[in-house]
Amino acid sequence: MKYILMMNTMRAGAGVPAWPKADLQAHIAFMQSLNRDLRDSGELVSAEGLSFPNQARLVRADRHGAPVTDGVFPESKEFLAGFWIIDVDSPERAYAIAARVSAAPGPGGAPLCMPIEVRPVMSAPPPEML
Amino acid sequence: MTHSATAGPWDEASERLLRGLAPQVLGVIARRFRDFATAEDAVQEAMLAAFQQWPREGIPENPRGWLIRVASRRFTDTVRSEMARRQRETAIAAEEEPAIGPAEIEADMDPEDTLILLFMCCHPALSSSSAIALTLRAVGGLTTAEIANAFMVPEATMAQRISRAKQSIRLSGVPFRAPNPLERRERQAAVLHVLYLIFSEGYASSIGARLQRLDLAEEAIRLTRSARALLPEDAEIAGLLALMLLTDARKAARTEANGEIVPLDKQDRTLWHRGEIAEGTELLRLALSRGAVGLYQLQAAIAAVHDEAARAEDTDWPQILALYELLRRVSPGPMVTLNHAIAIAMVHGPARGLEQLQALDSDERLSGHYRLDAVRAHLFEMLGQFEKAVEHYRTAAAGTTSLPEQSYLMTQAARLEDARRKNQSQLE
Repeated sequence: MKYILMMNTMRAGAGVPAWPKADLQAHIAFMQSLNRDLRDSGELVSAEGLSFPNQARLVRADRHGAPVTDGVFPESKEFLAGFWIIDVDSPERAYAIAARVSAAPGPGGAPLCMPIEVRPVMSAPPPEML
Repeated sequence: MTHSATAGPWDEASERLLRGLAPQVLGVIARRFRDFATAEDAVQEAMLAAFQQWPREGIPENPRGWLIRVASRRFTDTVRSEMARRQRETAIAAEEEPAIGPAEIEADMDPEDTLILLFMCCHPALSSSSAIALTLRAVGGLTTAEIANAFMVPEATMAQRISRAKQSIRLSGVPFRAPNPLERRERQAAVLHVLYLIFSEGYASSIGARLQRLDLAEEAIRLTRSARALLPEDAEIAGLLALMLLTDARKAARTEANGEIVPLDKQDRTLWHRGEIAEGTELLRLALSRGAVGLYQLQAAIAAVHDEAARAEDTDWPQILALYELLRRVSPGPMVTLNHAIAIAMVHGPARGLEQLQALDSDERLSGHYRLDAVRAHLFEMLGQFEKAVEHYRTAAAGTTSLPEQSYLMTQAARLEDARRKNQSQLE
């Protein structure tokens, strides 16, 4: 079963985190080792980090179908900072991985306990349906 | 590598020949070098070399010997470089160089190899996804890239999954030999389950199929055929093969050209594969005559009853109901209860079916499961309670994780609502 783990932790108004170097490095090392573990366990489908919200644009089609872009967001809007797609044997395993992401170290090495949104990725129908 | 190649173009039959040799070659190499994990990698490399060379240069005169030579060379290369890396003890490595002659190769062959490998790859220490991947590679002769593509994960991820599976087998300490009768009884269920899962994955995912995806259902049928050839007296293996054939026979009818699901009662039955139905029915007849009716034989029997009805309305539902009652005794579970309720509805009317479903609301494995809503929707529709049917179709649509199924369920709800609106406007 495939799941997407979404880290909705960026705020439109916030810039890059101003953490001490050691804490920043610990955070980056944590994410790298997480990705390595998921690759080694044969569960990683893909993992991507996204740019900061200042590069985000909201696009709509105008009446003729041409793109109209807007880059102004309310400061409180949450943005997707990154996501993982994993292929695991059970929802419990997906939740366990999400909990590990959630506990990534922040300032002072304390776990951030970020909210991680977990959702199944749509797949083929189960055969009993047919 | 010199080829005294046989003439003839590279086709599906040549590919089948090559894949069929994989477990035989792996059996020889694993037994000779007593290292299953490294042997399996070596055979995979030999398979890749064959897939490159044989289509171009023709199939060698002794294809098995060719693969064994290449695989044993790869094996010693790996061991040697590993040793060189560790200690630079090349002298020891050189001593271990094998020189396998054709006579020895033949002596090393064990007709049970495919079976031994199946039992190993479906070891209970492995998760089902690992067992599936390893079975497809080691027994099925598929490449890592093909398996990765079939499950839509990156090749590196699949390679890791396979290597972890082999590591678990190594840690469990299973020797490379035929299981004794006791082990065989214990582990056979696991083997059949893995083969069934491969089939299901293939059968389900061929809906809205992506181009160039390997047909896992066909692979499962091929693997189950070879297991049956080795254990011809086993009624459950025959039952499983029959179930696969009787289900696969409907493949062409169960989707529209645009990928939409066509439920069993709406399928164009002239599209069903008569040959597969005949073969499956015959297999089942033989299996049932052996006594001791198991889970797969019963499911195959249900599939056979569906398959023998020329029209949906000719389906022998009392027979299916009787089979589900047996199945509930042999292998009770919420999905069986659910299907049993459908059979009750078809024989005794939808109200009785709905009554039966109430028992499932308190079963935590199924309460709130979208399948329960999908069945309720269908039964309410049969009862003529369209509003409730629409509601349950929509709840089911929101609960499924399958895109084609979601479209199907939403379409059912929309169809009923359109009909209701049309009726209303005619009344006004």
